[in-house]
Amino acid sequence: MARRSHVQTTINGETVEFLCEPRQSLLEVLRDELHLTGAKEGCNNGNCGACSVILDGRLVNSCLVLGVETEGKSVETIEGLAEPDKLHPIQDAFLENAALQCGICTPGFIMSAKALLDQNPNPTEHEVRYWLAGNLCRCTGYDKIVRAVLDAAAAK
Amino acid sequence: MLENKDYKVIGTRPIRHDGVDKVTGRALYGADFQMAGLLHGRVLRSPHAHAKIISIDTSRAEALPGVKGVVTAKDLPGAEDRIADLGEGAVNLKHLCDNVLASDKVLYKGHAIAAVAATNPHIAEEACTLIDVEYEVLPPVLEVRQAMEPDAPLLHETLKTTSMGETADEPSNVASHIQHKLGDPEKGFAEADVIIEREFVTGTVHQGYIEPHNATAHYNQDGQLTIWCSTQGAFTVREQVAEILQYPISKIKVVPMEIGGGFGGKISVYIKPVAALLAKKTGKPVKVLMNRADVFEGTGPTPASFIRVKMGATKEGKITAAQGYLAFEAGAYPGSPVGPGAMCIFAPYSIENVIIDGYDVVVNKPKTAPYRAPGAPNAAFGSETVLDEIAEKLGIDPLEIRLINGAKEGDRRADGPVHPRIGFIETVEAAKAHPHYTAPNGKKHHGRGVASGYWFNIGLESSVTINVNSDGTINLIEGSTDIGGTRASIAMQAAEVLGIPAESVNPSVVDTNSVGYTAVTGGSRTTYATGYAAYEAAQDVKRQMIARAAKLWEVDEANVQFADGEFSSINGKEEQISFRDLCARFGETGGPVVGSGTVNPGGAGGAYATHVVDVEVDEETGKVDILRYTAVQDAGKAIHPSYVEGQIQGGAVQGIGWALNEEYIYNAEGEMTNASFLDYRMPTCLDLPMIDAVIVEVPNPGHPYGVRGVGEVPIVPPMAAIANAVYDAIGVRMTELPMSPDRLLKAMGKI
Repeated sequence: MARRSHVQTTINGETVEFLCEPRQSLLEVLRDELHLTGAKEGCNNGNCGACSVILDGRLVNSCLVLGVETEGKSVETIEGLAEPDKLHPIQDAFLENAALQCGICTPGFIMSAKALLDQNPNPTEHEVRYWLAGNLCRCTGYDKIVRAVLDAAAAK
Repeated sequence: MLENKDYKVIGTRPIRHDGVDKVTGRALYGADFQMAGLLHGRVLRSPHAHAKIISIDTSRAEALPGVKGVVTAKDLPGAEDRIADLGEGAVNLKHLCDNVLASDKVLYKGHAIAAVAATNPHIAEEACTLIDVEYEVLPPVLEVRQAMEPDAPLLHETLKTTSMGETADEPSNVASHIQHKLGDPEKGFAEADVIIEREFVTGTVHQGYIEPHNATAHYNQDGQLTIWCSTQGAFTVREQVAEILQYPISKIKVVPMEIGGGFGGKISVYIKPVAALLAKKTGKPVKVLMNRADVFEGTGPTPASFIRVKMGATKEGKITAAQGYLAFEAGAYPGSPVGPGAMCIFAPYSIENVIIDGYDVVVNKPKTAPYRAPGAPNAAFGSETVLDEIAEKLGIDPLEIRLINGAKEGDRRADGPVHPRIGFIETVEAAKAHPHYTAPNGKKHHGRGVASGYWFNIGLESSVTINVNSDGTINLIEGSTDIGGTRASIAMQAAEVLGIPAESVNPSVVDTNSVGYTAVTGGSRTTYATGYAAYEAAQDVKRQMIARAAKLWEVDEANVQFADGEFSSINGKEEQISFRDLCARFGETGGPVVGSGTVNPGGAGGAYATHVVDVEVDEETGKVDILRYTAVQDAGKAIHPSYVEGQIQGGAVQGIGWALNEEYIYNAEGEMTNASFLDYRMPTCLDLPMIDAVIVEVPNPGHPYGVRGVGEVPIVPPMAAIANAVYDAIGVRMTELPMSPDRLLKAMGKI
């Protein structure tokens, strides 16, 4: 077993330290070391987007980032999105629009939508579809997801 | 017949009860389960599509530091060669065992051979590469017609064709032949003015759920086995594991975690018994996860098929006869959904003369599993394309020919059952009146197509318990795992009975020790049957509370009525108490109120759908774009319309993927060459328009609120609807799925 490295990073605004093997992905670190299981593994090769998180303001597949690469960086995950007493508007919009069925892809879609709305607060339907094409959903046919993101943008 | 009346809760769109957990990442799915001292398991899979296992040597793997245990088929007790019904369809237990861990032969690439438990998943994976397996590689059989040839290599030396109750003498890859016959097909074809006969080929496709299979197992020292997993049915997992391990069901507890999609693919067990074997061997809890390639190669997709359809009609458009030949690839072991395919193929129509033959054929591909209306989409691709061609030949509008022949209450399906009240005609009428169908469609390379579909839906056993709280809310305990919002649709039915808001119900999906037997979330049965059980449990609560009110007022129970959330006494002194206030007085009227309901209903009403699609075909690249999509469906009664629309939209889009792109691509050695999401390529949101879901409500007389299952039928029409639209666009009939760019260019004669 390779020697574990010490990493200090910021997750959802809090300074976090952890030990990880060089081969462990950020997704593994989040899920197995830090017990932040909101990011899901659907493919472990960047195809499905279920593990989407925001790294220094940029949307990434956490399965394609190594844990050690997050040293000194800032990670936003689904667990950090809601306020203690209220949901983020994107989360509300997903509930109002019934934009989830099984829910396994939902954290990834919400993080992806947040990254979109952070940089483009008023996207067109096409822009939403283009941006979310990196996230797979097998249940909904995407209709209600796209509507939820457009609604969240309008609500801002 | 039920009135399509208005309800207080049913038909509204409350926020689903598990919604906040699922948008905050707090909901715990199978892979999220953690436990102290957990070991991690990985499965070694066959690199060959067809081979004898000569020997397995696990010693090098066992010697790797961090490895705690290795298991092979030798660790299985060995199940009997008998058939059991363990969910959505019958299973041969010997085959089930061999599919979990191969004993003598591997029958597909990805077939599980051995498994390792280690202190972390990387070590387990590394250890798998140290297991030495010696194979005698055999030629693979990869296609259904090839497998049916008399000289085809045999997968199973002992498998013999059963046909209409008779078993053949010689072994064969054809496991069974079924036939349904109605009337006199020869006479019917003789009466036809136009006869169309076409052959169709469909590819192997996967359910494509985003969450890979997972299982964590632990044996206590007292022999209690607990399995935490994602499944469509905790009770079927318990039954299958009990059979495979030859272990009593009373010693197995299955805890269903949240499930990340199933569509039929999470009924059969794969790694759950393997996790149990590893847990037993190591004495530690063991978590086994599949990766995406394991899911594609090692779990059941839905079959490829060869289908021949012949239909005849008079010049007025009346279908006089229909013939279907369906040969389905079962995969490595018998049990394809050719049966349901044969039940559904002509079921939208009232046809006097029908003959349907179905063949279940083994090939060197993963053992197939149910996938949303299993068998029906393959069948409908053939029948709905041929009907389109007949309509075109006769110059009749394709929806009109469906109205002329549409099945109604009292008509007999070719496989026997007589239709109760059904809503097929209503779906066609709604499609015909929809602005999509009446919109102009004249541009070059644009085309419009329609198709219909049928799925019978199932009932089966469900149990619900309701614990009434002193504040007027209820805790609803159920055994149906929630794949798409069924906590809400079940809770709403109980709420309707008790006159309380949907938000006053706290639904919980619990383990197999904590609720009565409940069959799988499958067959579009959950809102129907478990909803029915919730209705019965709520009726039980109501009856008990009427008794409590009677006690309180010292009147006869017959003199208490319940309406609009209020109990009141009739005949005598005037008393009134709300549901909530009466809940607060349980202590003085006899103690807590717990209601229960169990059902095994026989009245699952069949579901029909009619879809309209506009496509654009790029003649240079062969790519088909979906421009507009409208899906009409009879839901009986939509309990939560948003989630009914969601089922319709999701099913339609899975059908679009099946129609245009999805397939297992094999090389000559029988290796799947596209076992990743990138290469298998399911639809993304950029590939699609909005999907207009139109709900028609023709109440099902077999349910107190008229519910019909809605989950499966929306995947039935899309393939034929799109093929018919492609024909309308470019004048080429596509008879092979998927209609990928290369196949389209070939059909257009461009390559």
